[in-house]
Amino acid sequence: MTIYYTKDHEWIRVEGDTGTVGITSYAAGQLGDVVYVELPETGAKFARGDDFAVVESVKAASDVYAPVSGSVLEVNSALSEAPEKVNDAAEGDAWFVRVKLTDSGELSGLMDEAAYSAYCEGL
Amino acid sequence: MSMNTQGRPTAPAAVSTPVIDTVSGSRGLLQREDLLFEIGTPETTGVDLPTPRGLKDRLGGVKRKADTGLAGLSEPQAVRHYMRLSQKNYAIDLGLFPLGSCTMKHNPRLNEKMARLPGFADIHPLQPQATVQGALELIDELATWLKTLTGMPSVAMSPKAGAHGELCGMLAIRQALIARGEGESRKRVLVPESAHGTNPATAVQCGFIVDEIKADKRGRVDMADLKSKLARTDDIAGIMLTNPNTCGLFETDIKDIADLIHAAGGYFYCDGANFNAIVGRVRPGDLGVDAMHINLHKTFSTPHGGGGPGSGPTVFSEALAPFAPVPFVIKDEDSFFRLVEQTEGAAKDSFGRMVAFHGQMGMFVRALTYMLSHGADGLKQVAEDAVLNANYIQARLKHVMTPAFEGFCMHEALFSDAFTADGIETIDIAKALIDEGYHPMTMYFPLVVHGAMLIEPTETESKAELDRFCDALESIARRAAQGDETLKGAPYLAPAKRLDETRAARKPVLKWTAPLPEQIAAE
Amino acid sequence: MRYLPLTPEDRASMLATIGAKSAEDFYTDVPKSARLKAKIAGLPDHQGELAVERHMMKLAAKNRSASSGPFFVGAGAYKHHVPASVDMIIQRSEFLTTYTPYQPEIAQGTLQTLFEFQTQVSALTAMDVANASMYDGSTACAEAAVMAARVTKRRKVILSGGLHPHYAAATRLLCEAQGLTVMQLPVAIDGEGELGKSVDGETACVIGQSPNVFGTVTDLTSVAKSAHEKGALLVSVFTEAVSLGLVMPPGEMGADIAAGEGQSIGNGLNFGGPYVGLFACREKLVRQMPGRLCGETVDADGHRGFVLTLSTREQHIRRDKATSNICTNSGLCALAFTAHMTLLGGKGLKQLAELNHEAACELADTLGAMKGVEVLTPRFFNEFAIRTPVDAEAVLAMLDEAGVVGGVRASRLYPRDHLGDVILVAATECTTPDDIAAYAAALKEII
Ligand SMILES: Cc1ncc(COP(=O)(O)O)c(C=O)c1O
Repeated sequence: MTIYYTKDHEWIRVEGDTGTVGITSYAAGQLGDVVYVELPETGAKFARGDDFAVVESVKAASDVYAPVSGSVLEVNSALSEAPEKVNDAAEGDAWFVRVKLTDSGELSGLMDEAAYSAYCEGL
Repeated sequence: MSMNTQGRPTAPAAVSTPVIDTVSGSRGLLQREDLLFEIGTPETTGVDLPTPRGLKDRLGGVKRKADTGLAGLSEPQAVRHYMRLSQKNYAIDLGLFPLGSCTMKHNPRLNEKMARLPGFADIHPLQPQATVQGALELIDELATWLKTLTGMPSVAMSPKAGAHGELCGMLAIRQALIARGEGESRKRVLVPESAHGTNPATAVQCGFIVDEIKADKRGRVDMADLKSKLARTDDIAGIMLTNPNTCGLFETDIKDIADLIHAAGGYFYCDGANFNAIVGRVRPGDLGVDAMHINLHKTFSTPHGGGGPGSGPTVFSEALAPFAPVPFVIKDEDSFFRLVEQTEGAAKDSFGRMVAFHGQMGMFVRALTYMLSHGADGLKQVAEDAVLNANYIQARLKHVMTPAFEGFCMHEALFSDAFTADGIETIDIAKALIDEGYHPMTMYFPLVVHGAMLIEPTETESKAELDRFCDALESIARRAAQGDETLKGAPYLAPAKRLDETRAARKPVLKWTAPLPEQIAAE
Repeated sequence: MRYLPLTPEDRASMLATIGAKSAEDFYTDVPKSARLKAKIAGLPDHQGELAVERHMMKLAAKNRSASSGPFFVGAGAYKHHVPASVDMIIQRSEFLTTYTPYQPEIAQGTLQTLFEFQTQVSALTAMDVANASMYDGSTACAEAAVMAARVTKRRKVILSGGLHPHYAAATRLLCEAQGLTVMQLPVAIDGEGELGKSVDGETACVIGQSPNVFGTVTDLTSVAKSAHEKGALLVSVFTEAVSLGLVMPPGEMGADIAAGEGQSIGNGLNFGGPYVGLFACREKLVRQMPGRLCGETVDADGHRGFVLTLSTREQHIRRDKATSNICTNSGLCALAFTAHMTLLGGKGLKQLAELNHEAACELADTLGAMKGVEVLTPRFFNEFAIRTPVDAEAVLAMLDEAGVVGGVRASRLYPRDHLGDVILVAATECTTPDDIAAYAAALKEII
């Protein structure tokens, strides 16, 4: 089980050919109070870099991009009732979707935790 | 002596002010006021209507099942309700309203009086045209003013507000491209990143794709970026550019921009929201503009009414004029003013109809009243004074705040938050202005300036008012630079404290619902 | 120049503070060739109040106001009585001369009235939520169509044959600009009920109107059912808000979106504008709504207060991905609506609706009894269509000579549909028995 990060502040935790995707605590902090999360439907397919979800604060709406290509196995519907979870546990309970990876080779283009923290330091 | 036992203190006693929590919830002149649904009942009414005779209905059973249940109020209650609520609003009639991009100028009362003449207010849009010749003549006269002031040959009067005018302009561009057989191929519209949100939104509403262009260090269109976006031209539909722009600056390269867009086969849409800075001094028609909306509710003093209504007549160049929407007014040889309502004859190339009737007549009356009051000479002075007032504010504050760009501004002064101490934000400065008795400036717009503060005083402020405002803002700016944490709780003196917008958005409550019986019992 | 407070001395001292020689200095960024030296030619100079007033009154005098005689014009705008206090309320400076309530601490007045407006509109339409207004009914209708396409991710919109043709035109325009297909059903006086038959698996929405442009009231429940079975939405339109005091409202018929004109309540005729678009929908669609929404919350002291909310739908935040480009809406007209609605109350509204209906029934009975005149609308609220034995344009011209504004000729709205002998006639609470008698008497002379 490994966690990968993107420059657009998504994370993906991979187990076999499935991954759990969310946004990073850093991103959640930047957004301010999260008030709404729009999630895709189960079964939706997307390619790496597609926007598949939207996370909103009061004054901003941000697209969330797919770190890898895949199809949605499950969405975290708890977020629609309690979007504040994204502020409390962005990299834990507040995951967005579970996906089936199309091509695990795509993971090699992502950052590991150390690289991502270094990247955020530089922002 | 004749003893008077009615003596009482007639000068204030030396008592320090205690914290006062009133029983009524009112505070002096500021009355507490609940929602009307909490005050009234569905049985209460403030109108005296005759009793229906009870005729057999002809509704064929298509009747409402459940009553609305809406509460009513008697007239005195209703008048008080709205009067009390009104006291919680700031307004131009109360003080300077420096909202950048909004041109909050004085709204002359003569405008209101004229708009209420029954000959304007009480005529129906579908009355026979012979019975509304004065109304059509008024529209024609206002159109003449707008065409003359902008130097453009044609104007569509029906758009209902600025954004609707944008829609009108962009639909005309779309139609012109279709007429050229390029409707499908030319879809890209260039929009500066400093643009008002309505510009990209409008382009997309018309089926175009937005391509952003950057601002340069001087707050104008980055010509290098523009040229790179024009490396490919066969997909260019046009550009949407605000001028003077949203940074309060005149686009120095405006003519080159127009030439480049035209050479690329596109059209030049100008957002005319900031026309107040140049009215009577510069005609957009001389700058290569193909279409521009004019916010009558900004430049021409029609009131904003707490968010509307507006009016957004849109002027067109020769190239786009044939595609303008119906209806429009033409004057026949026999001086009869005639409405062209169908897309045929004079309007055979028109893109169609945007809206049910002829536009915002009530606003037309007000705007024309204002124009006649000012005249050509006065309008030129309007622009000069608006620009003078903004530059005066910039000059008075540039030592304590950070001007976003160098040099003179046009009708609004733009500052960034660079001068504030860590932890103090633009919003804190804005809210502190409320305690000083002012409406805040536009904040966080345009997006190209960090923590933007956009101040537009307009020409209807006296020097004394400007000085008072600058004194207040200067002192707030100094506190912000020193990191005065008390700013973060401002406003302290307004009818309400800062509101919890997070809560409003997480669990939206968008209407009143009657409390359940249990809730009432619990109280 | 009474609106300009700066004196020549002020200007000179301000220029000195700024370090500019004259106002010319501020315009140096303007290309030289575009800088006008003199004032713009061809326009008059400034005038005092008296002169301006005379000019405007002269123009106003050339129009026949609806209150000056028997008046029967409807078809999307209606002559109703507006209580005096409504106009007093909207002329309060604090409402009239303020901006969009972006600073809630000093705009609770506007915000609370918007919250009350939304509550009233949702009750009137029997829908879950209403927004803080659109420009007018026609643009509300167009926005409803494109919203339905966003919600269903489908691209076909079906318009009934009784939808006001101006609404249909505005809707078609916006839909086609966005690449949607618009199917317009043939003009029909009583065709709304058939709307369900044309729904297919591609349909985003069907748009029906009740009362429709010919005045016909229709229960759209079965249309809603057909639409929902195919995954489409029902958009239910109205142009006469007073009708909803008596006629089945969109929410009771299963509509997903209600879009209509609110002019009838609180707002004068104003030759077509400003009016106030009413827009309401089901709760679960709220994030796809166009326009502003006001919501309840608390302030830092825990007191109830109101703010504009769910703004991430709107252009100022979402820009090219916004649900609509609308910014300025119809704030003050919404206030007029709210104030009038408040004076009426639920009971008053119903009574007002009954009075309208009775006036129309009486008018229909009177005209329908005349030889050669046929009332075409089977079920109506306060307007209906009649067929006259003579060309409608000629009839209306002759009625006009008798001082009666007799309605709208259908051919003005439908020039290509062979409706030359049809007139749309409306009556409201303002219509007196004398007005009706005058109509009948004048018509008798003509036919
Ligand atoms: C620069 C600019 N463009 C467009 C608009 C939109 O105008 P309206 O609100 O009348 O639709 C505004 C108004 O706020 C504006 O400031």
